[in-house]
Amino acid sequence: MERIYKIQSQNLDVFYRDFQALHAINMDIEQNKVTALIGPSGCGKSTFLRSLNRLNELIAGTSIKGQVYLDQQPIYTKELDVVALRKKVGMVFQKPSVFPMSIYDNIAYGPRIHGIRQKHQIDNIVERSLRAANLWEEVNNRLNSPASRLSGGQQQRLVIARVLAVDPEVILMDEPASALDPISTSRLEELIAKLKNKYTIVIVTHNMQQAARVSDYTGFFLNGELIEFNQTDELFVNPRDKRTEDYITGRFG
Amino acid sequence: MQSTTRLQINTRKNNTIRFAQNSGRGRRHKGEKLIEIVLLLCAALFILVIFLITIFIFAKGLPLLIKIGPGNFLFETEWSPTRGVFGIGSMFMGSIMITLGSMLWAVPLGLSTAVFMAEIAPARIGQVLGNLINLLAGIPSVVYGFIGLIVVVPFIRDYFGGNGLSLLAGIIILGIMILPTIINVSRDSILAVPNEYKEGSLAMGATHYQTIARVIVPAARSGIITAIVLGMGRAIGETMAVVMVTGNSAIIPGSVLEPVRTMTSNIVLEMGYASGDHQTALFATGMVLFIFIVCLNLMINLMARGGINSGRS
Amino acid sequence: MGAAKMKDKLIYALFWLSGLIIVAILLSIVGYVLIKGFSVISLDFLLQSPRKAGAEGGIFTTVIGTLYLTLLALLMAVPIGTGAAIYLQEYASDQSRFARMVNLTAETLAGIPSIIFGLFGFVFLVILLNLGWSILSGGITLAIMILPTITRTAQEAILTVPVEYRENSLALGASKWQTTQKVILPFALPGIITGVILSIGRAIGETAALILTAGSSLGMPLSVFDPTRTMSVHLYLLAMEGISLERAFGTAFLVIVLIVIINFLANLSMRRFSQAMH
Ligand SMILES: Nc1ncnc2c1ncn2[C@@H]1O[C@H](COP(=O)(O)OP(=O)(O)OP(=O)(O)O)[C@@H](O)[C@H]1O
Ligand SMILES: [Mg+2]
Repeated sequence: MERIYKIQSQNLDVFYRDFQALHAINMDIEQNKVTALIGPSGCGKSTFLRSLNRLNELIAGTSIKGQVYLDQQPIYTKELDVVALRKKVGMVFQKPSVFPMSIYDNIAYGPRIHGIRQKHQIDNIVERSLRAANLWEEVNNRLNSPASRLSGGQQQRLVIARVLAVDPEVILMDEPASALDPISTSRLEELIAKLKNKYTIVIVTHNMQQAARVSDYTGFFLNGELIEFNQTDELFVNPRDKRTEDYITGRFG
Repeated sequence: MQSTTRLQINTRKNNTIRFAQNSGRGRRHKGEKLIEIVLLLCAALFILVIFLITIFIFAKGLPLLIKIGPGNFLFETEWSPTRGVFGIGSMFMGSIMITLGSMLWAVPLGLSTAVFMAEIAPARIGQVLGNLINLLAGIPSVVYGFIGLIVVVPFIRDYFGGNGLSLLAGIIILGIMILPTIINVSRDSILAVPNEYKEGSLAMGATHYQTIARVIVPAARSGIITAIVLGMGRAIGETMAVVMVTGNSAIIPGSVLEPVRTMTSNIVLEMGYASGDHQTALFATGMVLFIFIVCLNLMINLMARGGINSGRS
Repeated sequence: MGAAKMKDKLIYALFWLSGLIIVAILLSIVGYVLIKGFSVISLDFLLQSPRKAGAEGGIFTTVIGTLYLTLLALLMAVPIGTGAAIYLQEYASDQSRFARMVNLTAETLAGIPSIIFGLFGFVFLVILLNLGWSILSGGITLAIMILPTITRTAQEAILTVPVEYRENSLALGASKWQTTQKVILPFALPGIITGVILSIGRAIGETAALILTAGSSLGMPLSVFDPTRTMSVHLYLLAMEGISLERAFGTAFLVIVLIVIINFLANLSMRRFSQAMH
């Protein structure tokens, strides 16, 4: 079967002022698969993730070399509509950050931003997204209460629902489970497994079991370099690089 | 697996993209740009305003100042607009005397209150006191002037002599008015002193008071100096309260019980009917005041840049 | 050891004393005005126009004049001041020379005494633009005076908005302005309101600048081109020219009550703000 690549990075360098955080990253991310990024703290995982939806450029002084392609189209061009890019490539952050508004308004935020006005249409999106994020059953009777009252795990799923509501094609997740308890974490992992049928998912995680459980591909980063990138089974069972082996067997980091 | 065929898309190699603040072209792009420009103009207005103020005050005041000579204008003590003699020496002195006089008592009281609030008072009391001081800061000058006129002036007249409208009355009222500035700014800078300093000193067996005097206050000094300079600026620019209680004679007072006129009073008292050179002389007075204030401000700014802890955010 | 303890105690007492002196000063000022002014306040005093230069009648036109001027100043300064704050916090980079310059200017502007603003308003608005002594001249002058307060408080409020909100909103495909409008401003609103309330206090109390720009006419102002007299200016003239001490007390009473209310509201909104954050 032919593989379809959703995102490809080509010789990607990222700099924070003079500091080079990523060195010539080449990675092809397959469509409708889960790709996990692992590596010790500070190795550039978040930096890589944030360069896939051009969120890095919010930080003053960042610059970039190389290119990232989404559906074979370069995203680092002067002409690209960043708004459209970010609509296609959604992002879930480490800390679930719900807006200080109701559950409903949190989900409706994206659709409204993108110009949907009809109430019934938004209602539909809200319900569909919450269902997709496995949250509907828990919150459907209190959609108008403040989102901040939800538990951490619920907030993280709400944030995912909020991303789903803008109908993305790719979902980037930066350590989405790091602030969650084990039960919320396993619910999140179930959710990821379900979502990959429809979306391409890239997830950063510190938890190697988690990477092994949820992902199809895994990339190992070290000091801003992509040391090894392979199918997850392969990488964990049969690492080719000594450094990868050291890391996954817990010998450093 | 790594060996997947890489799509060979023609890209500009080595193209470093430095991000503009607002890259990307969308349908919203134009509107976004417009909004940014409008916001920029709002910010730019500040510069325009200060520019205009400077230009107009100087344009009105400078010619006369040059004609008379800055030295004569500043130090000549005769002010007789009807005879065309414009010397603000007595008012210049008046402003300085009243400012220094009020600081003489407000600075110590303000500083000890700041220390009290930051270091000694229980949290609840400190908070209530903070609210009261904000209220003190919110009371308009003219109310202070009114109180001065109704309470302080008769008190001075009855107990110290003279007619009560005096330098002393001004010193008392003005001191009260600059207290909040001194207290708030120095309290903030005392609060900003790292706790370790204090703990280190206490651990060495110093008493609380010794710690305050030898460690905390010195560590907060640049903020305290800022507080004092800000208070000074406030005092020298104060108008209404001073006009109402000082009697406003354009002579250098021989004692605190004699009347005095400040530069600010001079302007507000005579602006209503002045014309020609007289009006220009009032603008020149304003100009002197303006220069004074801007210098104080620059001083604070330089200090803030050099100091460790300026007490201003 | 004992002597040192004694000395410490004594010094403590002095610090307490200084706190007490401040409280005593404040309470005696506010208390005095409230007690002396209370008997003057009546519906007639508030709702009748002044007669005979204020010696008789009430202070109605000065209340209207104050209201008119304050509203006009807010109408100009709130959008501009907030806009400047948004620009400085969200659009300009911190290190940009422009941002540093605007911040410095705002600080300088905040330190300039009212009388200087009065002189400027007089020569620029009243004379050069030929607006005369009017609500418009006074309102613009007042707007300039409260601009720094509004901008600074708005800046501080915007600064407290968590960076995650921005990132999340932008990652959802919102533009910068949409993010500002829908996430940042609502969050910062209580802080911005605090600044507005404080500015109202300043507007009510302002005197020196308004004498020179809005005049001191006791007539009922109808349009923004009419001159007017604010309560504070009225208080000044009543007291200084010995027109009516009784009515001066009444006016001072009203001013103080307004200031107390404003301080209370500002405190409330500030507390709301810090609560909303936690
Ligand atoms: N805004 C920034 N400015 C300067 N350097 C930065 C910035 N953000 C990250 N870096 C640096 O870039 C490198 C990569 O950071 P990044 O956040 O991508 O690491 P990470 O792999 O996500 O780490 P973690 O697992 O701790 O989240 C680090 O050395 C970090 O210090
Ligand atoms: Mg990270």
